[in-house]
Amino acid sequence: MLLREIERELEKWGILRDPFKEFNRMNLELVGNLYPERGEFPPVNMWKNEEKVVISTELPGIDPAGVDLSVTGKALTIKFERKPEELKEGEIYTIKERWYGGFSRTIELPFNVETDRVEAKYRKGVLSIELLRAENEKPKKITVSSE
Amino acid sequence: MAETVKDIRETGEERQERPRKTYAPAVDIIETNNNILVIADMPGVDEKSVDITLEKNLLTIYGMIDTSISSDLEGSLSEYGIGDYQRIFSLTDVVDRDNIKATVKDGVLKLVLPKAENLRTRRIEVTGAA
Repeated sequence: MLLREIERELEKWGILRDPFKEFNRMNLELVGNLYPERGEFPPVNMWKNEEKVVISTELPGIDPAGVDLSVTGKALTIKFERKPEELKEGEIYTIKERWYGGFSRTIELPFNVETDRVEAKYRKGVLSIELLRAENEKPKKITVSSE
Repeated sequence: MAETVKDIRETGEERQERPRKTYAPAVDIIETNNNILVIADMPGVDEKSVDITLEKNLLTIYGMIDTSISSDLEGSLSEYGIGDYQRIFSLTDVVDRDNIKATVKDGVLKLVLPKAENLRTRRIEVTGAA
């Protein structure tokens, strides 16, 4: 509360808060306190080598058919939705910690990828996406010949 | 309303004793007329790797995760941790212990705890006096 008061004072003086910071804060409120140190949802892990990049993210209980993946250049966008449980009359939540709703996140890839060779798997609530490095970007070995 | 399922948080010390990292899964608890539903997000867990025990009034949910990844890859971004899941709840006597059911689908555990017969909500028909 105190922090907000200070921020309000700053706003009066024309020192505006970073709008993205505000957006992240609202996003965090929606997501809850699962990932308090980050506003980005869902969190992702990424592995790579010279040939490919693998991205994984935890999306338990979603319908994989409703996941929308798109790749342009070096950016991968994941869109998905999780619907809340439908409660009948007389049913109530006593604890509600799990996330619901529609989300979208764009992740920067370490290199350009072959956009038509993206492989995505959904297993045990974990989505993993494998993208191959663009052919023309792969490091080439050049042999030096002596004359 | 009196809590029928109570969350018990582990202390940090207890956690450190474990060889593997454990995380508390996010849960929803829904109370219906006849059941208490516990829904837990445990991505990476399936029906074979989840372990549910009821000892006295303590209900423990444990999920084991396979953390192995391909060795020819190097990590380049790590925003979430991977580890086992554990959460402990204390149950009151209103739960019918012999008929607890559990299912796992797409990394979501669903536990159905039936309420003891005498505590179910009953619809009482009101008839007009003749």
